[in-house]
Amino acid sequence: MTKRKIESEIVTLSKLGTEAIRNLSALELGRAIREGRTTAIDATDAVLEQIRAVDADYRCFITVAAEQARSRAQEVQAQIERGALAGPLAGVPVALKDNICTRGIRTTCASKMLADFVPAYSAEAAKRLEAAGAILIGKTNMDEFAFGSTTETSYFGATCNPYSPKHCPGGSSGGSAAAVALQECFFALGSDTGGSVRQPASHCGVVGMKPSYGMVSRYGLVAYASSMDQIGPMTKNVEDCAAVLEILCGRDAKDATCVCPTDTDFRTALIRDVRGMRIGVPREYLEAAIDDEVRDAILQAASQLEQEGAVVEPFTLGLTEYAVPTYYTIASAEAGSNLERFDGIRYGHRAQEESLQKLYTVSRSEGFGTEVRRRILLGTFVLSAGYYDAYYLKAQKVRNRLVQTFDKAFAAYDLILSPVAPTAAPVLGRSPENPVERYLEDVYTICANLCGLPAISVPCGETKQGLPIGLQLMGSRFREKTVLQAAFTYEQTRKEKLYGSK
Amino acid sequence: MTTQINDEMMEAISALAKLELTDREKVQAKKDMRQMLTFVECLNRLDTANTEPAVPFCAAVNALREDEVRNGDGRQQTLQNAPDAAEGMFVVPKTV
Repeated sequence: MTKRKIESEIVTLSKLGTEAIRNLSALELGRAIREGRTTAIDATDAVLEQIRAVDADYRCFITVAAEQARSRAQEVQAQIERGALAGPLAGVPVALKDNICTRGIRTTCASKMLADFVPAYSAEAAKRLEAAGAILIGKTNMDEFAFGSTTETSYFGATCNPYSPKHCPGGSSGGSAAAVALQECFFALGSDTGGSVRQPASHCGVVGMKPSYGMVSRYGLVAYASSMDQIGPMTKNVEDCAAVLEILCGRDAKDATCVCPTDTDFRTALIRDVRGMRIGVPREYLEAAIDDEVRDAILQAASQLEQEGAVVEPFTLGLTEYAVPTYYTIASAEAGSNLERFDGIRYGHRAQEESLQKLYTVSRSEGFGTEVRRRILLGTFVLSAGYYDAYYLKAQKVRNRLVQTFDKAFAAYDLILSPVAPTAAPVLGRSPENPVERYLEDVYTICANLCGLPAISVPCGETKQGLPIGLQLMGSRFREKTVLQAAFTYEQTRKEKLYGSK
Repeated sequence: MTTQINDEMMEAISALAKLELTDREKVQAKKDMRQMLTFVECLNRLDTANTEPAVPFCAAVNALREDEVRNGDGRQQTLQNAPDAAEGMFVVPKTV
């Protein structure tokens, strides 16, 4: 070989090209940066290049903070090189859902109400990622104030599904899910109140997890339903998910509901072993109106876990027909209450009105979209005098019965396996006459929110149209490790299926 | 029990919610409310006479601390998103 050829070979081997960088998982990238095969700057440039190439067509981002990202990447790279930052995700670009406050960077909740709002502080979750050396690339698209499951109610327009531009990415964390799938970031954060991390993860073929209620601080997350909201990771694989969760979890004095236990070394759960794990599949879930392709994929996954040594069986869960109405009553009530703060006075959209009352009502009516106003009205009604007992209190009692139902289920099973959604991603622009039809699609995801349980969505197949299907594994409260171990095991079996035995 | 949603009720709810609806929006909102309430009223089929409402997941203990300022004077920051501010205060329509 000539000297020139040897030199160019050394260059190819020692430095990763932009496409090769983007193909890495978050942890692989972290390792590559620590080992000097690439840098935080190159990784940041690689995703910014991808955003320039595809985001006009997919609309995953509301705000791209390119200059801040590049300058932070320089800082972080220097810190990594002198050994000041050694964490597994140092130098790795991340995107945050636009309802997570980021100091100095516009945070809109995909609403006209906050179109120009720039927070003076960062959410605890954002600060933890920053301290770990992750590089914030930008803020992702979502349903307005997280009320929705298709990302179509965004004031800035809908995001498209990475697998098919005429389909939605799911929601409400649709922008985050699609950004990971399109390699516009290496991982992202979403928020999950009724399935908003898990369902778009399922529709976009990525991993998405909602931790147990109380695991991750909600400080700086614009509140939807305070008794159910949780921030969760959206990643390329289960290993990355566990690593991100380790960084996010922990007590926070600024959020009294964050009672996170100390046992958060989730990566120790990443072993391929489900022998003896008892996995229950609720009969009612598979008997419901669900696409054949989804049912087949779920049952195939169940059988895969059985082959790995788990004990998988159907069982009768109970009360499943009450879950969705319970959720929508409570979520709307809490949402209506949480959105009272948007009154045009201290921040957000303010209408030009002379009287105070008009200023409130016109600011809110102009600032909020249709779905947001719909849920505020429902929420206000169920909390109003004369109706509070019949609707809100009743729903809280049914909620308690659902909690008891799941306690009973988890006495018999370690995990509950189910679909994430009854179908793969719906087309964009589908608008059922009756909003309730859309709400019913949340049947598999909402119980984890109502009962505070950890739940993950992992890719388990595709429809004939090529749209991803996700599998949900749900555990009892604070049993993230069990959920992650089963999810990791299942993911490993798929690798064998796809790539043959190693 | 099916709650009747009439115009008077929509006016009352809108006033509580501090939302102003156009005539067309009022028609659609009434329809939406009826559909949503019919849906959630199925909860009445479950007998919860002996059930308590769900309690918050965390041991419901208020987390208290000493009332001491820990984050400095945030006035400047707090006003930075104000639609209208003057002399270190939010400007609002006259109410008296």
